[in-house]
Amino acid sequence: MSVATPTGLRRPRLLAAGLLACALALLASIVASLVVGALPLTPGTVLRELVAQGDSEASLVVWEVRLPRTAIAICVGAALALAGVLMQALTRNPLADPGLLGVNAGAAAAVVVGILAGVTGQRGHLMLALLGAGVAAGLVTVVGGTRGPGTAEDGRLVLAGAAVGACLTGVVAGVTLLNQTAFDRYRFWAVGSLADQPLSALLTAAPALLAGLAVTVAVIRPLDVLRFGDDSGAALGVSPGHTRALALAATTLLCGGATAVAGPIGFLGLAVPHAARAICGPRLGWVVAYSSLLGPILLVTADVLGRLLARPGEIEVAIVMGAIGAPVFIALVRARRIPRP
Amino acid sequence: MITVPTSGPGRRALRRQTRRAALACLVALALSAGVAVAALASGRYATPLPELWPALTGGGSPGLRFVLFELRLPRIGTALVVGAALGAAGALFQSASRNPLGSPDIVGFTVGAATGALVVLLVLRDDRLTPAVGAVLGGAAVAGAALLLGGTGQRLILVGIGLSALLTSVNAYLLTRAEVTDAQNAAVWLVGSLNGSGHHLPLLLGALAVLLPPAVLVARGLRLVENGGDKALSLGVPVRRQRLTATALAVALTAVGVAGAGPVGFVALAAPHLARRLTRVAAPLVTTSAALGAALLLAADQLAQRLVPGQQLPVGAVTGVLGGGYLALVLAWTWRGRSW
Repeated sequence: MSVATPTGLRRPRLLAAGLLACALALLASIVASLVVGALPLTPGTVLRELVAQGDSEASLVVWEVRLPRTAIAICVGAALALAGVLMQALTRNPLADPGLLGVNAGAAAAVVVGILAGVTGQRGHLMLALLGAGVAAGLVTVVGGTRGPGTAEDGRLVLAGAAVGACLTGVVAGVTLLNQTAFDRYRFWAVGSLADQPLSALLTAAPALLAGLAVTVAVIRPLDVLRFGDDSGAALGVSPGHTRALALAATTLLCGGATAVAGPIGFLGLAVPHAARAICGPRLGWVVAYSSLLGPILLVTADVLGRLLARPGEIEVAIVMGAIGAPVFIALVRARRIPRP
Repeated sequence: MITVPTSGPGRRALRRQTRRAALACLVALALSAGVAVAALASGRYATPLPELWPALTGGGSPGLRFVLFELRLPRIGTALVVGAALGAAGALFQSASRNPLGSPDIVGFTVGAATGALVVLLVLRDDRLTPAVGAVLGGAAVAGAALLLGGTGQRLILVGIGLSALLTSVNAYLLTRAEVTDAQNAAVWLVGSLNGSGHHLPLLLGALAVLLPPAVLVARGLRLVENGGDKALSLGVPVRRQRLTATALAVALTAVGVAGAGPVGFVALAAPHLARRLTRVAAPLVTTSAALGAALLLAADQLAQRLVPGQQLPVGAVTGVLGGGYLALVLAWTWRGRSW
């Protein structure tokens, strides 16, 4: 089904070329991520180690530290960006973002309560993060409502997210202040870092991320139709209720999975869809394609930046993202006319 | 000075509002007094009510007098003063920003105060500075930035949420760079707590006494402007300057609260809401909000002390959970078009 839109005029070939350019940029950022760090390597060394794994220090750094880290950054970046696209399309709110909508706080609260209850291990934490993210997303949707007049205009869901988030953050504060072990783990989880995460963490989260991706792909078309309103969607045979439920489920899987691996990383889900729409217009298929590349580019670059800025130490990626993302968010809020998703 | 409508329905409505406000104030004061008596009488060293009065007036055992005058009374007093300051600040803020959600928390004051305190506690580590000073400076800086960037209305709140998100990650970063014991001590401060408070009660009380009367006056002026709308403006009432004064007073009152107990969240938001519910007056009333804020914080602190046996939760954790939940409920009701 093809819907005539103003951006239908943009040449698909041009947009495809743009995607190729993004892929090249991603490749460049990956190279930078493998090269930059406490032990600087040349691209040649990295390539040699990748082709033939030796037993030098360089080999250890590449295979045990930088490759897993880069892989995690790519997957988390893509997942958060897609979650942002879905959330903004679902709520028709240009300011929707997993972090601002309380999903991170939900995951955090569940993980912290889990630590207190003695849940250990990656799998347990992942399940808890998913559960918490789901409950928070559901609560915010119930409070804010996705229908009715004014839903999209006034940042209603952001406010609902702030309220639910504050409530859950209170729970986190209570628990972590009563239990020093929980506090110590939480404070490192809460900065959203990609360092010291083994590849197995990503593998544990992979089913959730893949399921989220699959649902996202399936929901692109119906969501795109709903862009023109629930009535025209229903006329074209798309059920608004089912579509929203699926999109919400995909958002939860993607956010929960990403947050379980890398901790709460804000603003990425907000900024990437905006950048994508600026490039390719509002057609959801293209926005998804572009976001799935732009998200990893942004996160990998931010991670490299964090390593460069505080040599020989590093700044956690979520903090770099906050420093980049908050000004973007504020600029969006101040802009008189915000382009609707 | 603004002229009060001298005749007709305007005046009658105003008088009715004042009567309801006075009634609500009395209810809140009675509530505070009740909780205060309960707080005085209970605790690890339980005191039967009949023994309370003699001990307070100079009789009773020295042990009991110590518990009452050195431990319980200062804490109760601080809770009341801090709660009143935050309630009044919230009412002023909501009036000045013309937004029922405008509060020091939402525009980032609380998170900014936390950042300031963390910088003093973990970065500067200077004993001459207290975290309260850093908190007040940090909070005021962030609230100022939010006002500057956001103006008034919904935009102010969204800008505040953005700034809060940024500073939250900065705070998390500072906490990871410290020893776990230091970090946990700082974290207690971040949430807002009345544990071990009461040393500065006279100072706080003095600040509240200085700030509250002008706050009441300014808010009254603002309310009349809201009622009169453009007419007030055309009569030459300096609306802009009044809003600015109100905001400055609100920031100062929040600073009193933060200095007393750290950045306790949501009292400033919830107290004016409750005041409006009780009085059914559109604009939040400063005196009623202050009285309700005092009652709220005292009750929340009592709850925090008893919730987990053997350990003391910081009061901010309780107000965060209750306040966030309350705000979510209010938002849901409002958006579904129910009156509340």
